[in-house]
Amino acid sequence: MPEGQFREGIAGGRLSADQYAENFSDLHPPLDHHEALVESDRCYFCYDAPCMNACPTSIDIPLFIRQISTGNPIGSAKTIFDQNILGGMCARVCPTETLCEEVCVREVAEGKPVQIGRLQRYATDIAMGENKQFYPRAEPTGKTVAVVGAGPAGLAAAHRLARHGHDVTILEARPKAGGLNEYGIAAYKSVDNFAQAEVDYVTAIGGIDIQNGKALGRDYQLSDLIRNYDAVFLGMGLGGVNALRADGEDADGVINAVEFIADLRQASDLSGLPVGRRVVVIGGGMTAIDAAVQSKLLGAEEVTICYRRGQEHMNASEFEQDLAAANGVTIRHWLQPKRVIADGGKVSAIELEYTAMNGDQLAGTGETLTLVADQVFKAIGQSFVPAALNGSGVSIGLEAGRIKVDAEGRTSLARVWAGGDCIFGGDDLTVSAVAQGRDAAESINRSLTRG
Amino acid sequence: MADIRNNFVGIKSPNPFWLASAPPTDKAYNVIRAFKAGWGGVVWKTLGEEGPPVVNVNGPRYGAIWGADRRLLGLNNIELITDRDLQVNLREIKQVKKDWPDRAIVVSLMVPCVEEAWKAILPVVEETEADGIELNFGCPHGMSERGMGAAVGQVPEYIEMVVRWCKQNTRMPVITKLTPNITDVRKPARAAHAGGTDAVSLINTINSITGVDLDNFAPQPTIDGKGSHGGYCGPAVKPIAMNMVAEIARDPETHGLPISGIGGITTWRDATEFMALGAGNVQVCTAAMTYGFKIVQEMIAGLENWMDEKGHASLDDIVGRATPNVTDWQYLNLNYVAKARIDQDACIKCGRCHIACEDTSHQAITSMVDGTRHFEVIEAECVGCNLCVNVCPVENCITMEPLAAGVMDQRTGKPVSPIYANWTTHPNNPMAKVAAE
Repeated sequence: MPEGQFREGIAGGRLSADQYAENFSDLHPPLDHHEALVESDRCYFCYDAPCMNACPTSIDIPLFIRQISTGNPIGSAKTIFDQNILGGMCARVCPTETLCEEVCVREVAEGKPVQIGRLQRYATDIAMGENKQFYPRAEPTGKTVAVVGAGPAGLAAAHRLARHGHDVTILEARPKAGGLNEYGIAAYKSVDNFAQAEVDYVTAIGGIDIQNGKALGRDYQLSDLIRNYDAVFLGMGLGGVNALRADGEDADGVINAVEFIADLRQASDLSGLPVGRRVVVIGGGMTAIDAAVQSKLLGAEEVTICYRRGQEHMNASEFEQDLAAANGVTIRHWLQPKRVIADGGKVSAIELEYTAMNGDQLAGTGETLTLVADQVFKAIGQSFVPAALNGSGVSIGLEAGRIKVDAEGRTSLARVWAGGDCIFGGDDLTVSAVAQGRDAAESINRSLTRG
Repeated sequence: MADIRNNFVGIKSPNPFWLASAPPTDKAYNVIRAFKAGWGGVVWKTLGEEGPPVVNVNGPRYGAIWGADRRLLGLNNIELITDRDLQVNLREIKQVKKDWPDRAIVVSLMVPCVEEAWKAILPVVEETEADGIELNFGCPHGMSERGMGAAVGQVPEYIEMVVRWCKQNTRMPVITKLTPNITDVRKPARAAHAGGTDAVSLINTINSITGVDLDNFAPQPTIDGKGSHGGYCGPAVKPIAMNMVAEIARDPETHGLPISGIGGITTWRDATEFMALGAGNVQVCTAAMTYGFKIVQEMIAGLENWMDEKGHASLDDIVGRATPNVTDWQYLNLNYVAKARIDQDACIKCGRCHIACEDTSHQAITSMVDGTRHFEVIEAECVGCNLCVNVCPVENCITMEPLAAGVMDQRTGKPVSPIYANWTTHPNNPMAKVAAE
């Protein structure tokens, strides 16, 4: 019976302790002082910079890079935090290759953009390392705001509201704050418990009370919040996971990728985290990549991503796809799940059907492929679960299954705002959630302080 | 194949690239390394009179400024003349000259401003068989406080007097090295010429403070909390040096006086520009101190390749070729009109041309056209100032295109005149010379 890496089924302890540590070390190690100076010198300080316009939070990137190059990393960090109080995490997890760095003029000129993300990390690390707090709170307004969810949107909103002198209560269903930063990001993108350090940094402004283990619809209702607070911000993210719609998907070993990623982030000992010898991941987004790469890093022998459309349709960026390939993950296209094959209740293989575009419609071709698998991850998207909102008698306007908001983040309900993945238009990016939380907070502040 | 052999006031060297009198030429070890690398000649670091040598500071001697990626742009030093024993230097000079007869060795000298001192040093230098002497009238720090170096170079009468003493007391060619720390470099050049110098060399270093340590408010380089103005050199001083070379080359009183060009020369192109402005050869220091002696190989090959490409057979074909084109502002053709043009294929859309023009100049470059990021010259506003060319990070992306005679200048609404016309006859000039009636 093979042991270690080649053990059959779903098992832990596939690698040595050193190997786990190495596999889950920082994906992009921080720039040291010299590297940061060399890199910052590459920035042209563009006018109306394309990078800045590509950033969902509109960070003044040329300015913060210039501040690094002139030996002013603290000023640089403030430039970043002015627009994005979660600039530290965004520096780590933003798909910069499809945002700021994609449009960097040096990408245009040389195919080699300024490493904006790593420079942002350099500056924010220094400021956070010194616990440099830039924003004193305004005089107390006596107004209270409830924030549902301590993820990026909620934290950004809370910080901005606290700055304006309002008292904020964040109600978070999970045991820890941070949302997907804590539970949903690949471990090698956020090492050393950074998500919690960032929560501490953000809440150090004061006036933000985080209450964990408080789930909307279970422990309290939206109507309670509307009654007890001057304003409400909803930033609870997406609670549901889309089903495979394949026969037999309730077999043992068919797992939600988001739960696997969360378990991995919370694991104190990675060797205790079981993973299959042969893993199939269904999906084409960042979650699929994160689950696949981390399975491989946990010691899975074979990891295959199956995506029902072509490479050009994948939500995962090219960088992420390359990262998967570099880690030995196979990505296969034009395959959709048809049937999970189980043996004794446990998954043993998955049958997939080839697909093709039939006009505008994706359709199965009838041809099938069976991949041996002892673990199957579902990573075909998450969905908003509105049920939690509906226990209170009031109903909130939805659009395409998510909360409908206007340009300022106002929902259909008076005194209720929303932002992040739970709103229609949310794009599954930490940085967008931050922008929406921040902007909703400004809208709330205007509303609360109006005449 | 281009011939780059150099004959400067009778001193022959296989190429026109000499090392200037400075730390790289202070002793035989360095000079031999330089010759092995290919340098055509050296000016041996300045010797002083017989007796206890000068002493240097024991802390930092150099300060610098940098460009992007810490490229050294300007260097400053507070080192004095050689701090080695005179006899040791003389022995080494003699030996090196004997071993490297095809290379030029010129000896830099600085002794007190009395004839006896010069009369004493000249024969002992002559005895080394060195090819010539260079009078250090430029050193701006330390020695000048003792009445030597720039203290002589700033007083034309002293220059003339010392040059004359030297010419009367040696058969060796005399090159007079000039300080730029004056208001009009033609005056000391004329004085040297009047004294009978064979050539001038310039520039020596410029008085400078390269930085201030903001933790203890001390100028840099800092010696125990204090600093002193040092001599500035390196790429940053090249434009200043080239202007001074050109001023002497085109001055009717010194026209034809051989010039050894010095100041920030780093590449073959820098060297060739100096020669085009009238320098018969060039001297290099900072570039060697930054990158080592090997750079001369790039200089030799670069000059040869350029000369071959352009069909120049020898250095005589290029020396002074740009001098006639250096003129006074009042003689520039005011009917010449050029407009900036942006090559849209080369443009990387950084927008620096736009913001430079918009904020600080003539509002002549767009940033947005039909809702798209687009940088284009508005000819009706462009005065042809060249600022956009200079701030653009992509070479040749923005070019200045002259308008042909007869073409409408959209800014003035007038066709470009084919006639040369300058300020001296311009109607707005109250001093205009009215054409004879």
